[in-house]
Amino acid sequence: MIPERLVTLAVLAGLAGVALWALAVDQPFTITLATRAAILALAAVGLNIALGIGGLVSLGHAVFFGLGGYAMGILAYHAQTYTTLDLGPFSIAGSKSMPLIWLVAVVASALAALLIGLLSLRTSGVYFIMITLAFGQMFYYFAISWSTYGGEDGLSVYVRNGFPGLNTLDPIQFFGLCFVLLCGALLVFARLRDAPFGLALNAARQVPARVETVGLSPLRLKLVAFVISGAITGLAGALFADLNRFVSPTMFSWQLSGELIVLIVIGGVGRLMGPVIGACLFVLLEHWLGALTAFWHIWLGVILLGIVLFARGGIVGMLTGKAGPHV
Amino acid sequence: MSETILATHNLMKSFGALRATDDVSIDLRAGEIHALIGPNGAGKSTLIAQISGGLRPDAGRVMLMGRDVTQDGTATRARAGLGRTFQISALAMEDSVLENVLLGALGAEGRPWRFWSRATGDEDLRARAMVALERVGLAGDHDKRTSELSHGQRRQLEVAVALTLRPRAFLMDEPMAGLGAGGSKRLTGFLDGLRDEAPILLVEHDMDAVFALADRISVLASGRVIASGTVAEIRADRAVRTAYLGEEA
Repeated sequence: MIPERLVTLAVLAGLAGVALWALAVDQPFTITLATRAAILALAAVGLNIALGIGGLVSLGHAVFFGLGGYAMGILAYHAQTYTTLDLGPFSIAGSKSMPLIWLVAVVASALAALLIGLLSLRTSGVYFIMITLAFGQMFYYFAISWSTYGGEDGLSVYVRNGFPGLNTLDPIQFFGLCFVLLCGALLVFARLRDAPFGLALNAARQVPARVETVGLSPLRLKLVAFVISGAITGLAGALFADLNRFVSPTMFSWQLSGELIVLIVIGGVGRLMGPVIGACLFVLLEHWLGALTAFWHIWLGVILLGIVLFARGGIVGMLTGKAGPHV
Repeated sequence: MSETILATHNLMKSFGALRATDDVSIDLRAGEIHALIGPNGAGKSTLIAQISGGLRPDAGRVMLMGRDVTQDGTATRARAGLGRTFQISALAMEDSVLENVLLGALGAEGRPWRFWSRATGDEDLRARAMVALERVGLAGDHDKRTSELSHGQRRQLEVAVALTLRPRAFLMDEPMAGLGAGGSKRLTGFLDGLRDEAPILLVEHDMDAVFALADRISVLASGRVIASGTVAEIRADRAVRTAYLGEEA
């Protein structure tokens, strides 16, 4: 069996290696695929905090992904049309600066997660799944009907937003940016999981009654986890929109929420590299099988079935062979 | 008379037509073990839930250290000094033995909001946790995954988690459940010494343990306290013998 640390290094090196190899052989599309995998992985690392450590099966994480996307879309739209964004008494100029857009995306997602969490965390099990799904659908249909920002057609951004000192239009540089953010999120996940907060949250998932009897509130622990989780997924949404230079209501779709869960389950729930392995596999299947058949999701389903039936720790569990969370 | 640490005053709880708790007033004084016994369905679990905070009584009060905690939740009561163990072990089975006890230490310190430092690397927490494990004899198993522990060891771990809280009163729900004769005897010896640290309200089916440990016994039947007194008094009580001990008087 392989030590988990080695799996982590190998997967990250593999992802970066593919992008660098693609650069060497001049295959920009492959770099774009690697970037897509890194961004989906980032979104799923966010979800993995709520789902993997906190046990919160959120079928509404597309809300945060979409909010991040629209934060980018709206700011960039106002910047490229030289109009201001009027919020009551405030008039805000648009922006093409990634750090600022990321900040707005993270704050907006965190606030949304706080509100959604406050309302939904009083329920559990299938009710929690349904209430998060309901929030997702609300945002989805709101985005469809919001004609100012393209409604159903979405919103195009002509030029990718900028980052100080980098040329983000160069695929490898944009990949590098996303990759660094992914590594940062992984570091946050790893530290948080082993920290007192992670210990308490992990226990709140397994035995909430015990957590209460030592004087801690499972609800508060889960709420904080949900907010951190939503913020990270929101950041991924902003990057995803910048990758495609396009935002549309599909970023809010429940299918996306479901896909995030699926790729975490395939990679390994609650495992550090679970979301990354799942995202890479997802993008590979989407690309290779998607070229052969429009029904490539069937094969994703077969893999998911195999993992759920025979390898509860996901691919990371298979590789490391160590009993971990959710096993 | 020694100080009253924990008390219920005229607790009432009904589920539909069933009076699960019917005017129950019991107290727990410093330095004692007060055993609560009664046949299945007597309302012990319902009473425990109201004392620990999981269930609100319809009427009556729960007092902890002279403070009315009736409206407080489980976590608040725990912070106020109530240390509880569960009848069916409520432990994080995926976590290590040490992590389970660390959780208690973490709760006792009320500082779970640390996101960057390793929980197992915190010397204070770790020391507190290891002391509790040593006391129940599990220090050597601290690295084990909790699901690998035997049933008896899980019972010991339950007690260790409660110990980390350094509570003012223990509420123990059948700590001997499922233990063999040897394990039961060891735990009896341990609880015997624990009463000086904090009094124990002990719900237990193991009559040998109850008679060996209890300073006072209260007998619950159909939601009511039908008798309360010293071991000798309860042994002699005719109502208890017929209602509970199953002997012909």
